[in-house]
Amino acid sequence: MNEQLDVATMPTATGEHRQRAVEISGVTKRFGDVVAVDSLDLTIADGEFFAMLGPSGCGKTTTLRMIAGLEFPTSGSLKIFGDEVGTLPPNKRPVNTVFQSYALFPHMNVRDNVAFGLKMSGVGKKAAGTRADELLELVQLSGYQQRKPSQLSGGQQQRVALARALVNKPKVLLLDEPLGALDLKLRHEMQNELKDLQRELGVSFVFVTHDQEEALAMSDRIAVMNSGRLLQVGTAEQLYEQPVNRFVADFIGRTNLLDATVADGDSIVLANGTRLRAPSPHAPGTKVAMSLRPEAIVIGTRDEVPADQAAHSLDGVVATTTYLGHSVIYDVKIDWIDLEVRCLPERAGGRFAPGDEVAVWWDRTSDWIVPDDIDDEIHHDGPIDVVQAAQDRDGPT
Amino acid sequence: MSNITEPRGATKFLLRANAGLVYAFFYVPIVVLVVFSFSDNRNVGVWGGFTFDWYRDLADSEPTKDALWASVQIAAVSTVVSVVLGTMAALALERFTFRGKKVFDALLYLPVIIPDVTMAVMMLVFFSQAANFFGFSKGFTTVTLSHIAFSISFVSIVVRARLAGTDDTLEEAALDLGATRWQAFRHVTLPVIMPGVVGGGLLALTLSLDDVVITQFVTGSGWTTLPLYVFGLIRRGVTPIINAVSVVMLVASMALVAFSLLAQRIRSHDPV
Amino acid sequence: MTALDIEPTQIEQPAAPVATPEFEASNIRQNRRRGLLIALPAYTYLILFFAIPLFIVVLYSFGTRNRFRGTDLANWNLESYRALGDDIVRTVLVRSVTLALITTVICLLVAYPLAYYISTRPPVVRNLMLVLVMIPFWTNFLVRNYAWYVILGTDGPLSRVTETVGIGETRLLFTQTAVVLGLVYGFLPFMVLPLYASIERIDGRLLEASRDLYANGLQSFRKVLLPLSMPGVVAGSILVFIPSLGAYVTPEILGGAKTTLLGSYIVTQFLTASNFPLGAALSTVLMAIMLIATMVYFRKGGRTL
Repeated sequence: MNEQLDVATMPTATGEHRQRAVEISGVTKRFGDVVAVDSLDLTIADGEFFAMLGPSGCGKTTTLRMIAGLEFPTSGSLKIFGDEVGTLPPNKRPVNTVFQSYALFPHMNVRDNVAFGLKMSGVGKKAAGTRADELLELVQLSGYQQRKPSQLSGGQQQRVALARALVNKPKVLLLDEPLGALDLKLRHEMQNELKDLQRELGVSFVFVTHDQEEALAMSDRIAVMNSGRLLQVGTAEQLYEQPVNRFVADFIGRTNLLDATVADGDSIVLANGTRLRAPSPHAPGTKVAMSLRPEAIVIGTRDEVPADQAAHSLDGVVATTTYLGHSVIYDVKIDWIDLEVRCLPERAGGRFAPGDEVAVWWDRTSDWIVPDDIDDEIHHDGPIDVVQAAQDRDGPT
Repeated sequence: MSNITEPRGATKFLLRANAGLVYAFFYVPIVVLVVFSFSDNRNVGVWGGFTFDWYRDLADSEPTKDALWASVQIAAVSTVVSVVLGTMAALALERFTFRGKKVFDALLYLPVIIPDVTMAVMMLVFFSQAANFFGFSKGFTTVTLSHIAFSISFVSIVVRARLAGTDDTLEEAALDLGATRWQAFRHVTLPVIMPGVVGGGLLALTLSLDDVVITQFVTGSGWTTLPLYVFGLIRRGVTPIINAVSVVMLVASMALVAFSLLAQRIRSHDPV
Repeated sequence: MTALDIEPTQIEQPAAPVATPEFEASNIRQNRRRGLLIALPAYTYLILFFAIPLFIVVLYSFGTRNRFRGTDLANWNLESYRALGDDIVRTVLVRSVTLALITTVICLLVAYPLAYYISTRPPVVRNLMLVLVMIPFWTNFLVRNYAWYVILGTDGPLSRVTETVGIGETRLLFTQTAVVLGLVYGFLPFMVLPLYASIERIDGRLLEASRDLYANGLQSFRKVLLPLSMPGVVAGSILVFIPSLGAYVTPEILGGAKTTLLGSYIVTQFLTASNFPLGAALSTVLMAIMLIATMVYFRKGGRTL
């Protein structure tokens, strides 16, 4: 049972099943000795806003380029709406790309840039111009037809790149780090605009980013990659709350990772011998890490710890406090561990000061156990069925 | 990179003086030449009152006009061919890999560093042999072929510089949008490198029009180019008409340079 | 309103094969072939009209001059190279190398302060000054040498000026000085530009700091500025030395029969003396010197011309 397939063919609100816009099976890409993408299996549904997320060099951009046709896979199948396109050149695929540097043609004005795709497929000058104008209106750049790219701001250039990529009515739109070059405020604006645009057009958007916050904010589903391998695919919630391994837990948001060994089905033992109640599906003796999100940890004095939570609580000393206005971050030192705890400010600032002895605890559903293996062990079994794992742990919801 | 700061005191004066002298050194000869081209005196370096005589003689001079026409024809063919071949070479080197690429790259550099004399010698010897083989005589063909031989490299250097500074994702974008390779080249690559191509062309034109030694060695009867003609005049015995010819050539080259700089300026308003 | 309301453009979907390593490899091969094809015209041309002529010349340098003023290639020998040691040839060579060195040094001494001064100017002035350096270079080479011919002649303007000032007549034409003058005039831009490029790249703060640390400007120059600008010095020197060594037009116009230099000497071998092997040997040697100098240039991190 493969979770990602379920979502892809999940019935929409109207009850029809969604088509598979992009289907990548067993795709590997090698550049000489370097394996950029390792046996990738991924399905993207029609109408999805899909993100590929990971650190530099993880293979996300290479994968995007393979979908676009700018690279050919070394092996594997790549289908778009059921048609095998892996070996087709880019100009024969129903896919268009918004490049990271926008790649606007400097010698053409905005209108000619946008109309380019149509002119290449033989559409007459007048018709192409009209279509270009429509698209410019869609991206709110009407009136900019005659300008040259060098006369536009970064945000405007991006809109032109967007319009240009949409003019051919692609079945899938690819975006390579689209918001990287924009300043923060503009980025937030564009995030919303892109989402609106995608919803309006109903076309799958596949974008690549290394900014996990951006991915979480915009996407319907996210694929996390590292070192050429797909680690996990899921919604923002699934990735945040049920990361499949250490890397994903650490990459998405901030988290505390405590090394431990599984004692039995119900508890784990930390390196210093402390036993904590933490159910997990792993065999006793498995090396694991416990992932605790800073905002899930409660901080207080030992006597404040509720009785039923004592089995997953720890004692420590506050090392530093950082006041951020909307929250307070405590660095709590527990033996060799540094726990980051985030809570709302109380009174003037935080309640505790460096040096205070405190206890930390968390709700029994707030922790998440991840196996401590290296990525490849995960990969060969395919992405873990996280939905099932969560159900096993918490009981049917 | 911060600017180097102003020099002070005595150093400043010395530097300024040096700069002034150097620029004077550069331009005084040119000014002198222009001035004396209007001098009414058979002795070239002596002033004898203002006159247009030499220019009139120049306009009437058949040999000069023939030489000019010869130069223009040779330069035209040489420029066109070397621009085409040089641009192709630049594209191949900047956008592709292939077996023998390094050798090609090195080969392309040789004509730039080789001294005039050596090249003249080479071509002379080659055409002497080839003449026996193919039976063509020395003249337009040999000169033009030689000019092309050294111009290709210069054109390719200029175009390569332009190509290297260009975003190659432009071509990818064109392909992504539905262009064939040829369409991408014609509608995207070529327009973008055009300033380089034009610059290379002007360079090839200048090199061909200016060449003396190589032309001297490989030319045949009836194909004396303008520089060759002037060169001959100077060695045979100077007459003031040379001044006039020189000034005309000077003005022409300056005009060409100005034109080329302007053309580059206009284009470079589109940052890549 | 969406832009998708109008009928979609049709994109053909031919049945495409699944990707395999063989496909990838063949695609790479295709690209290589394309590259080679595009390079082919220039490649062939240069082989035919450059590499082969060069090869023939080197071949000729091993030949002998036969009785009928032709060249005999049958008996290979190193006669011509041995002849390079002859007094006449040696004199010419030594004279040429000396003049080229003198020219290079003069250019260096004159261009360095200029390049430094230009780099202290504001950007607009800087560009203007650089263009002004380049403009004479772009004018016809022959004409520029001729201008000096006019100036240096007896009764020429220079002589007039020195007479008026009281130094007396100057007869510089047809002397080695005239040749050096002409060479410096012709190749000074080749020294200014690399020097400027190299000096401009130096962080001005380093010079500031050195001025604080060292007692006077001279020390600061020797210990900091000069070493940092060395790449430019080397580049400029090579760019001046090489053409000066093989110069032909300048010595012909400004030098006299007494000052035969390498360029003219080679030309004579071919056009007058018909001693092709010797001329070929000299050309080969010249070519070899150029190649070595160029390799030094690139080794020292020189950038493409």
